[in-house]
Amino acid sequence: MSSRDSILSKIKAIPSEQKTLPEIPDFELIGDLKELFIQSISGNKGEVVDQAQLKDFLEINRFTKIIDLSNSFQDLRTLQLPEDSHDLADIEVAIIQGQFGVAENGAIWLTDENMGLRALPFITEHLVIVLDEKSLVDNMHTAYKKIGDQHSGFGLFIAGPSKTADIEQSLVIGAHGAKSLRVVLANL
Amino acid sequence: MSHPAKASEFLEDSAKSKWHDETLWFVRDKRDTISKTIPEWEQLRELASRIKDNVLANLDNYLIEFEKNAKANNIHVHWAKDAEEHNNIVLSILQQHRCKAIVKSKSILTEECHLNPFLEENGVEVVDTDLGERIVQFLNQPPSHIVLPAIHLKKRDISEIFHEKLQTEKGNEDPTYLTHAARVHLREKFLGAKVAITGVNFGVAETGEFVVCTNEGNADMGVHLADVHIACMGIEKIIPRRKDLGVFLRLLARSATGQPITNYNSHFRSPSPGKEIHIVLVDNGRTEQLGREKFKNSLKCIRCGACMNTCPIYRRSGGYSYGSVVPGPIGSILSPGLDLKKHSSLPFASTLCGSCTDVCPVKINIHEQLYEWRQEITKDQGTNAKSISMKIANGIFAVPFAYKVSGAMMRGALKILPDSITYSGLNTWGKQRDLPETPKETFKDWYKKNRS
Ligand code: SF4
Repeated sequence: MSSRDSILSKIKAIPSEQKTLPEIPDFELIGDLKELFIQSISGNKGEVVDQAQLKDFLEINRFTKIIDLSNSFQDLRTLQLPEDSHDLADIEVAIIQGQFGVAENGAIWLTDENMGLRALPFITEHLVIVLDEKSLVDNMHTAYKKIGDQHSGFGLFIAGPSKTADIEQSLVIGAHGAKSLRVVLANL
Repeated sequence: MSHPAKASEFLEDSAKSKWHDETLWFVRDKRDTISKTIPEWEQLRELASRIKDNVLANLDNYLIEFEKNAKANNIHVHWAKDAEEHNNIVLSILQQHRCKAIVKSKSILTEECHLNPFLEENGVEVVDTDLGERIVQFLNQPPSHIVLPAIHLKKRDISEIFHEKLQTEKGNEDPTYLTHAARVHLREKFLGAKVAITGVNFGVAETGEFVVCTNEGNADMGVHLADVHIACMGIEKIIPRRKDLGVFLRLLARSATGQPITNYNSHFRSPSPGKEIHIVLVDNGRTEQLGREKFKNSLKCIRCGACMNTCPIYRRSGGYSYGSVVPGPIGSILSPGLDLKKHSSLPFASTLCGSCTDVCPVKINIHEQLYEWRQEITKDQGTNAKSISMKIANGIFAVPFAYKVSGAMMRGALKILPDSITYSGLNTWGKQRDLPETPKETFKDWYKKNRS
């Protein structure tokens, strides 16, 4: 018998009482979604900025390797998306369109369609996500309702920059992935 | 060596063990604070628990559904009855791809299967990419905590090993400096690896997708740059529906570290064009545990680590004192199921205070199961009480404990062990209190003598 069949038949042979799968009720989050979202993002060590602040950030740092896949406002790209993810190794800024944000924890939903290459939001030195203010939802239950049966090869809830506290519990931003996350909340 | 013997080793460095205790308590405290901001917290725990009950009652069907959907998404699904088969499956995938170096993100399952030494014996370089795991890997140690792998180390230790391995400045203990040195080192490994291995937090039967949660982004750095992603998953990680993720993702990070969600929560459904995803579904003792009515609930665990952070014994004895891959309260229920003889002292590494049960996001009755294991072990061993207390008196701890003699043992221990151990917090109930006068004989001994 294959391992598959032996595992399955072992499980089948165990007598078990039927336990019904509970329905998940609606839970509400009270408060202003935008305010809560901004709080959550800053708690996760990201930052919510406006378009002008984003431009300043790009100009002051004189970034020259920018990939912009968002299509919300003026195209800020200096580079096209390469074919191979390895060519993203020295990207300085990636600007991506987020689908929606979750107020309770700052998570932003992205799929293949937004990322171009799956490595992009991770490998870039700095990450910028453009998000429509109206897209904010209250909590993760509403978030999954919104995702529904959307089919994407890869989906990501991203809530902040790459971080670690593995050395004596001291928080350090920029462990492997993006060293910063800026969210541009726009009224699109 | 038994748990108490190893715990006393950990306690030799009292400044470090105090720091360990306080730091984990701080994490526990953060969990409390954030859970109180969610009015429906208790309802979420109840839901999570009931969803997992339903999973355990229908595990075969959910696994079949998961397999079917994953396959339809172009994912290769493998089944492994034990650690050996799991390791061989992974190796054969690597061999097919002529791969000699892999990157791996946190996976307790691969620790359980001792995948790293197996691959290394077979000529594969394994690089653990979670920062804490990389640190302990440099030191040739296993992780001491399932969420905080290097929590037993101080920055001085890390600075020293980084100086040796990564040529960082001698004596520079700045966490940011050290983390960024690791970043540069691991970047190179990510860019060079053809195969990346990850664990799995949740596998969704309804869609065949699986979810991996990290704060560092190391799992994603690995898999999106590699050609092949191997995800190793215990069969109990299944959840029925996508929307169940809403419940579990709300609970997981809050319980683990007191943050509202991990920064990266990746949902893998199908490979990018030209790439491959493999899932290895592993039993390795899980079906046996499922068959133990009293202990099957332990399979509901989502590995948040909260029961460790809160446990007075864990905090004061360190992860290594357990001698099992999953330490702490949950490890003390899981490990005896795998090897009762080896792990028979673990169910006694508890005050039965119930704090673990109180914080567990999936409401596992941890302390009750610890008590149940004590009953089983007592039945099994029939050890002679006198001989054990004599051995303890002589400082020899090599004998597995048994519940019926643990009273006698404590009586012996309280008298004979040096203050550094009795006051060390290993028996927290004795800390900052005068120890009670201990009776000379057990009630049972007394009764035997006096019943006539
Ligand atoms: S037993 Fe509960 S508290 Fe402990 S790690 Fe598992 S889920 Fe977390």
